[in-house]
Amino acid sequence: MNILDFSATCPVPIAKYPQVMMAHGGGGTLMHQLLRDVFGKAFSNPILDAAHDSAQFAVPPGKLAMTTDSYVVRPIFFPGGDIGSMAVHGTVNDLAMSGARPLYLSCGFIIEEGLPMETLWRVVCSMRDAARRCGVKIVTGDTKVVDKGKGDGLFINTTGIGVMEHSLAIGPQNVQPGDAVIVSGDLGRHGMAIMAVRDGLEFESAIESDSAPVVEPVLALIKSGIAIRCLRDLTRGGLASALNEIAEAAGVKIAVEQNSIPVRPDVNAACEMLGLDALHVANEGRLVAFVAKEDAAKTLKILAGFSVSANAASIGSVVEKSEPLVVLRSAIGANRILDMPSGEQLPRIC
Amino acid sequence: MKYLDEYRDGALAQKLAAEIHRVTTKPWTIMEVCGGQTHAIVKFGIDELLPQQIELIHGPGCPVCVTPLEVIDKALEIAARPEVIFTSFGDMLRVPGSTTDLLSVKAKGGDVRIVYSPLDAVKIARENPNKEVVFFGVGFETTAPATAMAVYQASQLGLKNFSMLISHVLVPPAIEALMSSPTCRVQGFLAAGHVCAVMGYEEYLPLAKKYRVPIVVTGFEPLDILHGILMVVRQLEAGRAEVENQYVRAVNQAGNRTAQDLVKKIFKIVPRKWRGVGEIPQSGLGLGDAYAGFDADKKFGLTDRLVDEPAECVAGQILQGLKKPHECGAFGGKCTPEHPLGATMVSSEGACAAYYRYRRHETIAKLKP
Repeated sequence: MNILDFSATCPVPIAKYPQVMMAHGGGGTLMHQLLRDVFGKAFSNPILDAAHDSAQFAVPPGKLAMTTDSYVVRPIFFPGGDIGSMAVHGTVNDLAMSGARPLYLSCGFIIEEGLPMETLWRVVCSMRDAARRCGVKIVTGDTKVVDKGKGDGLFINTTGIGVMEHSLAIGPQNVQPGDAVIVSGDLGRHGMAIMAVRDGLEFESAIESDSAPVVEPVLALIKSGIAIRCLRDLTRGGLASALNEIAEAAGVKIAVEQNSIPVRPDVNAACEMLGLDALHVANEGRLVAFVAKEDAAKTLKILAGFSVSANAASIGSVVEKSEPLVVLRSAIGANRILDMPSGEQLPRIC
Repeated sequence: MKYLDEYRDGALAQKLAAEIHRVTTKPWTIMEVCGGQTHAIVKFGIDELLPQQIELIHGPGCPVCVTPLEVIDKALEIAARPEVIFTSFGDMLRVPGSTTDLLSVKAKGGDVRIVYSPLDAVKIARENPNKEVVFFGVGFETTAPATAMAVYQASQLGLKNFSMLISHVLVPPAIEALMSSPTCRVQGFLAAGHVCAVMGYEEYLPLAKKYRVPIVVTGFEPLDILHGILMVVRQLEAGRAEVENQYVRAVNQAGNRTAQDLVKKIFKIVPRKWRGVGEIPQSGLGLGDAYAGFDADKKFGLTDRLVDEPAECVAGQILQGLKKPHECGAFGGKCTPEHPLGATMVSSEGACAAYYRYRRHETIAKLKP
């Protein structure tokens, strides 16, 4: 199966409705057609196909994990992904941060009147493919259409449920002095990809988003018996925010090495040009893992076996219980505080 | 990354630092003029590699920081108008005026847009003939040519819906003002490499001579800055006071004549108020008489505004090198990047923000790994 195949034409008769109209959210025939022919067709599975007001499923043994996230990315399509695949990856990744195997997703669509039907279809197909790749079923959903000018094309909310098939207590409270700090790949790509297309920056090569699921490597780590202390999805605020949050929650000092942190040269160049710090920039398919020191080498080896985490790197360690603090050893060998970014990342003047 | 990694080499940095230690026999106070250099110094921890006797003072070279309060207030007033698209470099958006900032004006419905070049603002003006497009022209000699080019293009295109709120400033008059102050402690300068890439460094020769002060034109990477410091210290130790050029890969004595000619054509030299410092004669660029039609001040009738700065903020003393950021009572408490009292806390190039960001909890013991 070609999972990126958009060639299948949109099942809603586009000649008749090339754009989403208010009536598509109005509860009548058009809405039913949209639900049946677009969402129902793409996401089809026995639970969804039951077409009940709520999805019904048996609960597997083990603790459940649940998370929700809303996706408002602009533009809807960007190099390396789109709002649909991101809405699946992001929520699935949040489940993975508990070491949970993702089972079910809900999806809520808020569509602005006038959105091309073809665009909606492409996004839905992308969600379908992403869900298949992640082994997760979309079992319930909702659609609202808002007046032209009251939305930004398309917003998606997804809620995910996963099952924890392990007994590890994964969370910042388990972080201990001596733990190794490992990132699953190069940093900053998603944020710079979005900034480049949004602001019409013309870099020589297109930076593509890192949007991807990190479920497989996480489940592999658990299966191999690695004592994972903490996992964190490196989204908005980047590595710097994640490390500071963990230092704060765990009451520890974390030390990392600038030279060990993987950042692609083109991302680095774009950041330098705009006066941004790659460690503050968002990712959509990267995690930081805290594991026992003796598990570090094995963790890196396992991560290296998956394409999404092929460039995993050990970047530092937890130094001691202390006032929360993240220290970065700079490229020239001096130490400085790695702080959380303050507010929105604004490009510098010079 | 090419042209960057070479200048961030840890081993070479340690060598340069060792050489600075070797040649330093007395305490010296050196000012880096440019905010970009301040940023690099704290980001890479360069001052940690220096001998105790060398004190770095962070100078007034952050264009965002020195833009006076009344100009920010004018920007806020213009940006809030319904017929206006207000365009600016990103980091001006967070700078607090007397009451609010541009980000808040945007949140309330003002059309405020970040641009990466003043020429983008000209493009927006062409595409929106029914809107008044205003560009916030701030910065030193480095950004002045691009601002000048935007005015020139707008004038060639005959655009009537484009104007500029100008607060451009010049480095040499600021150095002169600092050196002529009786409280001045600065013994040597790192001059801003990118300013000199445009302007050359001829105008620094009389300053070095008059005030007997070494001035070294310096780049922005860690090895540049360490090398610049080494060159200043060598001069100080030898009792020399000359203009030297560390940043030879980008700067020559004459500078970029084309850019200078354009700046001269569009702008005239005017007195300018610097936030935290006060008015410095002949230290700013304003639109020349032939281009007065592009002056947003006049277009929106906002000339003659004056605003006093909050008394609590010691940004002025910080910009003059009289105080370090953490010596201010409000630092990190009442004044943070989220709630800045003064502009040195706002821009990431501002001395206070740089200290806050990279040194907040600093004690030497804690920073030891």
